[in-house]
Amino acid sequence: MPRVGVLALQGDFDLHAELLEGLGVDVVKVRRGEELADCEAVVLPGGESTTLSKLLDRSGLREALADFVQNHPVLGTCAGCILLARRIEDAAGVLPLDRLDLTVRRNGFGRQIDSFEAPILREGGSGGVTPASAFIRAPRILRVGDGVEVVGRWQGEVVAVREGSALALTFHPEVSGDRSWHEGWLVDAGLLAAREL
Amino acid sequence: MSPSNRSRTADERLRLKVGLAEMLKGGVIMDVTNAEQAKIAEDAGAVAVMALERIPADIRAEGGLARMSSPKMIREIQQTVSVPVMAKCRIGHFAEAQILEALGVDFVDESEVLTPADEKHHVDKFAFEVPFVCGCRNVGEALRRIGEGAAMIRTKGEAGTGNIVEAVRHMRTVQEGLRRLQMLRTDELMAEAKEIGAPYHVVLQVHEEGRLPVPNFAAGGIATPADASLMMQLGAETVFVGSGIFKSEDPAKRAKAIVESVTYYDDPKKLLEISMDLGEAMEGLDIDKLSEKELMAGRGW
Repeated sequence: MPRVGVLALQGDFDLHAELLEGLGVDVVKVRRGEELADCEAVVLPGGESTTLSKLLDRSGLREALADFVQNHPVLGTCAGCILLARRIEDAAGVLPLDRLDLTVRRNGFGRQIDSFEAPILREGGSGGVTPASAFIRAPRILRVGDGVEVVGRWQGEVVAVREGSALALTFHPEVSGDRSWHEGWLVDAGLLAAREL
Repeated sequence: MSPSNRSRTADERLRLKVGLAEMLKGGVIMDVTNAEQAKIAEDAGAVAVMALERIPADIRAEGGLARMSSPKMIREIQQTVSVPVMAKCRIGHFAEAQILEALGVDFVDESEVLTPADEKHHVDKFAFEVPFVCGCRNVGEALRRIGEGAAMIRTKGEAGTGNIVEAVRHMRTVQEGLRRLQMLRTDELMAEAKEIGAPYHVVLQVHEEGRLPVPNFAAGGIATPADASLMMQLGAETVFVGSGIFKSEDPAKRAKAIVESVTYYDDPKKLLEISMDLGEAMEGLDIDKLSEKELMAGRGW
């Protein structure tokens, strides 16, 4: 059974943990550097990016996590996507981990009143359209660097990207209960056997 | 282009509201009265701020009627911080809630801390796009508010006292009520729904899922990292801190400490480290010495 860490400093880490357990994964909630040691991959959940960034510094977890994501599979949703980016427009105290060459804008669609659900058009692989996922005070990807592959769009806009086994989503499949992104990520990382669909 | 001009289905709307509450889990929501305090709260790592003109301790001390805060003050706070901004409306005052929605606040707290506008009816929260949080003292009250569309429930506690005893009572009572609903036979649920005054469909949902259908946060009287840890260990998923921060000796330091105490709520060594050298906490009030009229938790039903 693969062991996957879920960063549990703040945010919707329980939703990710439930979803991963449903896929037959052994979940470790990560609040301390040493808890990463046993993990084969890590999920950075949704939450408040300013809070997460500050807690990464104060917990002493930043360095361990930054190292870990450079050579292990990582999945980030919403705030997790912000943390994986290289640059944040108007960062105001949020220091990202620089795993993917992206520039993002926080709260790119506006306030909660502008939150929405929408299906995602997959690019690459077998393509197709996913069930609707929640964009909650979601970030926007403003620039995608060389070597980063676009794997999902909504209304033409980039909302899902990957490079190797690092996957970043601006939305929350874990809120809507769509397991396909987590499952595909684990399969691509060699941590889960592909299912016959 | 945001698709917010497209009308949402009722299910989608509720998922988005509860979804935002999920994002706030494991965090601290802080009461702030101006942009400067909002900045201190955000720098300390607050997941959201509650914008209000007077914190509960001052409402208590100064007395008089407490209404929705000035939209101008709330807007200044919205322009200062990037974390979600919440604001309070009076119980039943749906027009105040409409104004707060138009202002674009991220969450409305239909709060007993303000003077109730309606002695019988709470706001129909399904009628709004903006999510609502409501206070409760027991599971029946929690399920009534969820039945009206609340996306988050919090204990009422006794705001502005720095005294945790009421929040503890409310959290334990809610948890006990949840355990009881799980335990009952299905054919006993209707009588229980009648007894606790809760909508049957929500009672059934709790019976089947074994938990509240929305996040359950703690509020009212939290003043120290230990208070925050206590509430988390009793089952809260996030804490609201009102007067406890800006009525203390060193707000920035205390705010940071309470943020960390929620993340590490189950780690006593870490809590010890966090609790060291924080300066004076806010002055507390003995709730037994307050008269019935001074208590806020009894507002709403």
